[in-house]
Amino acid sequence: MSPTSPMQCAASLSAGLLLSVLPLSLGASGSAMAAESTSQSEQILRIANGAEPGSLDPQQTNGTWETRITRDLFEPLIAYSADGKLIPGLAERWESSADGVSWTFHLREGLEWSDGTPLTAEDAVFALRRLLTPATAAHNATLYYPIVNTRAVNTGALAPEQLGVAAPDAQTLTITLSHPSATLEQTLAMSEAAPLPRHVITANGADWTRPANMVTSGAFVLNEWTPQSHITLTPNARYHAADTVALDEVVYLPIEESHAALNRFRASEVEIAYGVPASHYTWIQDNLAAALHTYPILGEYFYVFNLREGSPVADQRIRRALNLATRREVITERILGMGQIPSWHFVPRALGEHQGARFDFADWSMDRRMAKARELMADAGYGPETPLELTLRYNTLEDHKKIAVALGAMWKPLGVKVTLTNTEAAVHYRDLALGDFEVGRYGMIATIADAYDFLNAFSSDNTSNAPGLSSPTYDALIEAAAREGDVGTRQRQLHDAEQYLLDNDVVLPLYDYVTSSLVDPAISGWAPNALDVHPSRYLQLDTSH
Amino acid sequence: MSQTTPAPHGTGGASAFDGQPPAAPAGDSLTRDAWRRLKQNRAAMCSLVVMAVIVLACLIGPWLTPFELDEVDWNAIGTGPDLASGHVFGTDVNGRDLLTRTLHGGQISLSVALVATFVSLVIGVLYGAVSGYFGGRTDNLMMRFVDIMYSLPFMFLVILLMVVFGRNIFLIYAAIGAVEWLDMSRIVRGQVLALKKREFVEAAHALGVRDLQVVTRHLIPNALGPVIVYVTLTVPKVILLESFLSFLGLGVQEPLTSWGVLISEGKDMMETAPWMLLVPSAFLAATLFCLNFLGDGLRDALDPKTR
Amino acid sequence: MLSYTLKRLLQAIPTLLVVITLSFFLMRVAPGGPFDGERRLPPEIEQNLRAAYHLDEPLPMQYLRYLGDLVQGDLGPSFKYKDFDVSELISQGFPASLELGMWAILAALLIGVPLGVIAAIRRNSTADYVVMSTALAGIAVPNFVIAPLLALVFGVLLGWLPAGGWNGGAWQNLLLPVVALSIQQIAYIARMMRASMIEVLGSHYIRTARAKGLSEWKVILRHALRPAMLPVVSYLGPAIAGIITGSVVIEQIFGIPGIGRYFVQGALNRDYTLVMGTVVFYGALILLLNLIVDLLYSMLDPQIRYDD
Repeated sequence: MSPTSPMQCAASLSAGLLLSVLPLSLGASGSAMAAESTSQSEQILRIANGAEPGSLDPQQTNGTWETRITRDLFEPLIAYSADGKLIPGLAERWESSADGVSWTFHLREGLEWSDGTPLTAEDAVFALRRLLTPATAAHNATLYYPIVNTRAVNTGALAPEQLGVAAPDAQTLTITLSHPSATLEQTLAMSEAAPLPRHVITANGADWTRPANMVTSGAFVLNEWTPQSHITLTPNARYHAADTVALDEVVYLPIEESHAALNRFRASEVEIAYGVPASHYTWIQDNLAAALHTYPILGEYFYVFNLREGSPVADQRIRRALNLATRREVITERILGMGQIPSWHFVPRALGEHQGARFDFADWSMDRRMAKARELMADAGYGPETPLELTLRYNTLEDHKKIAVALGAMWKPLGVKVTLTNTEAAVHYRDLALGDFEVGRYGMIATIADAYDFLNAFSSDNTSNAPGLSSPTYDALIEAAAREGDVGTRQRQLHDAEQYLLDNDVVLPLYDYVTSSLVDPAISGWAPNALDVHPSRYLQLDTSH
Repeated sequence: MSQTTPAPHGTGGASAFDGQPPAAPAGDSLTRDAWRRLKQNRAAMCSLVVMAVIVLACLIGPWLTPFELDEVDWNAIGTGPDLASGHVFGTDVNGRDLLTRTLHGGQISLSVALVATFVSLVIGVLYGAVSGYFGGRTDNLMMRFVDIMYSLPFMFLVILLMVVFGRNIFLIYAAIGAVEWLDMSRIVRGQVLALKKREFVEAAHALGVRDLQVVTRHLIPNALGPVIVYVTLTVPKVILLESFLSFLGLGVQEPLTSWGVLISEGKDMMETAPWMLLVPSAFLAATLFCLNFLGDGLRDALDPKTR
Repeated sequence: MLSYTLKRLLQAIPTLLVVITLSFFLMRVAPGGPFDGERRLPPEIEQNLRAAYHLDEPLPMQYLRYLGDLVQGDLGPSFKYKDFDVSELISQGFPASLELGMWAILAALLIGVPLGVIAAIRRNSTADYVVMSTALAGIAVPNFVIAPLLALVFGVLLGWLPAGGWNGGAWQNLLLPVVALSIQQIAYIARMMRASMIEVLGSHYIRTARAKGLSEWKVILRHALRPAMLPVVSYLGPAIAGIITGSVVIEQIFGIPGIGRYFVQGALNRDYTLVMGTVVFYGALILLLNLIVDLLYSMLDPQIRYDD
């Protein structure tokens, strides 16, 4: 054994460790000073973004926290204004043929990628083909089905070159549909449909999203990406509207805990926080009223019933009783209290033009509803003396638990004994799709402002059809709406489909989603909208404090 | 030199000069001696009383409160302590009486803590003592097994147990016990490694005492000091681990609750509804303080060296 | 000692292999997979996806494929964070967790050990109770309560320190998380130190040392401290592994880009490659740290030998 005593040994060990980490912290604090200081004239926007993106490849993104970033990087053919209206993006104008099946998009003159390479219609064609290739596994592929051969390409039956998109010349893109579509423009405005830099993707493969390789068409370029830490964007000098971009830097911080985001906002460490903790909502209304924006988005919170044979809720009388007994306002006002909109319908009202369906009992008094509910339960053979045992499933989240508990308490007077079960999201949705549930929580957020997106989930051939609805009437309505070009007719079909769901108690809708965001009043150009798009190109910091 | 049996006290022992072997000492047994010494430790006694009160409250309290565990008071959702409404400690975010839920939660937390700690104690102590005593290849193999157990992803272990055994509170006990005995075994092994070279072990060998007896009657009692203290440290770990599991949906299901779950729910309301955090935290903190002082007292009482 | 160390290092390979094998199959038994989500893919697409990740092959074959990649140092791409390899995620996240953890352990040792020693020397006096009660606060209040409390008070209300963020490890960002993390460890170490010290102080060779006329401090520092550290060191091995691989709670509350969250999120997302990556990493760490602890035993107590 060496003569050094253990104490000396331990001392040198810890000294060594200390010395190895010290330079890290001391050196870092030097650069930290430079990075952290929001210098007076520089416009640096820091955003608490809710979660780390799974990818910055627009075609691999699904959630708003991801598309927020990709939208700043890549501009689609059609873009959104600050208040959520469709405006020209990379395409300056477009038109369709009289029968609605031939669309022509004209790109702006002189478009360039951020590395100076010309941006042409070929890039748009490349992007769409890549999106719909089976290997990409696009989640929203069904939205593109109106385009000729999409389904076949997407399932591998045809090569991507057979897709109904073409670039007759560098400035022009043509899209051929198999039937007119009311939603093509909205679909193309999604960030996943944006033209992509073919030259960079073919050269770099999977690494093309690294800051060193990525090349963009939007208002910003990717400057830095440290997973779980930050994503930094800086202005793209070659953006077609670069002179309208005011910000010098946008930093996206993947802060998952809404409490942590609120703390950072209160400490002036972020200027925008998406998502607000429910526990502090009233406090925020009292103390940060100028920064709080609560607005409806295209989402619905509901429970689905398992309609399959053998399920305890296969009997519609029971389902109707449960729907009658649920006091949605109590949930939205007293359990959640964040401005959610109680729902007597299924498709959220934020959709605007959709002609909404409604529960027929929506205007009844609570007494009348409970009386009817008890009557229905008794008819079905259940009551407080003969209880019905029901399992309520939800995916693990504090708010879901609160609501599930409240539902159980509301149904108790009917003689329903509720057992609550929660599982992680992946397991939860998988089990629901497999029909392994009785009553299960569901949430749906639409990718485009179209009722179809909500309603087609329940067609009998859809793998997401959790209730297991198998109705030729419903399928026919959905099929017809998919192919209908006339806006009025289509709206009526979708309305009928929604009414069908309500009349048959396929779902237990609770509320229309609203979202709350904290936006520093010094920011201009930010406007609440139902699609929750707030492109950074419009944002500006008033730095004159 | 350490001893494991106390020298006879008091009167009654005949002198060896009588020409007859001394009568069996009429002195105290180990436990009575330890109990006597514990009684003299005021902090420990105080803690024992408080602990008893808490346990009693958790066992009987739920029957005495006017509210049910899952009873929602629609007029008092998330309200503070208010004698008029009967909610002495206020309600939780769903409008359920906090005191009732805390007492129910105590049943879960305390029973999980008891069982899991007991399991970890028994398995950990025996395993560690055997491994340390026999040393060599046995020790190596046993400790590598422990290393493997440490490295397995705990959450998947729990999920697997759930798949096999379904949702069951005993499942939580099993999963937590399966994790906690590892630390205990390492601590005991370390102690035994040091102790087995001591003179009293050599003496025991010389006297022909069998290995098992050496381990159980000589080594373990002398290693007990840090073990007892570690037991008191295991309890909070277990309680919080259970809350972590329940939060992920792998543990206790609604409407059942536990202190850990209540504290986890309450921490979100720290600023806006502090009672939701303070009430279960107070119960937990009181329990842990008591356990610690009791543990120290027990350690002192059982310490062979300070007789 | 050297041969022992080499032997242990060699044994680490089969041990790690067992860990990897068990974890691999354990993970696959769990219901759900990486592609389960709110919107399900059409079956043909999901089929394609599974094939691309070799998830449609028989399990033993996937296992061998994984081992083959692992030997070449390839931990595979993450299922959830598709643009990054698992090895990149871990190598980028570990330094933050390591720095945070090391400072916390250091603080815990520098504060906890002396506290425990003082409490042991002044056993059952007021000083003992005060010291122990303060230390107990670290156990009685869970760190998922302490952390947000610290962030709220010092970050938001007083504004003395950042409420979160890493900022490359600047000390201002390190301070609160380190405090939150170390408070609990201080309590553990202080208590174990106290109990262990009391044991040692009552032993015969301490009495001998005192009889030799050495000053009390010399007795404590030179003769009592070393053996008293034994249980603390035993505890520290796995504890350090746990702390430097990140605390999920602390990282989430303070927004620290460490690897702690991967242990939990990986499992929840069924991100197979990420979970395996963390298992390999953590397993190697445990083996290393427990080896160091065993070596330290023989330094702390010369009578401890590892003869075969």
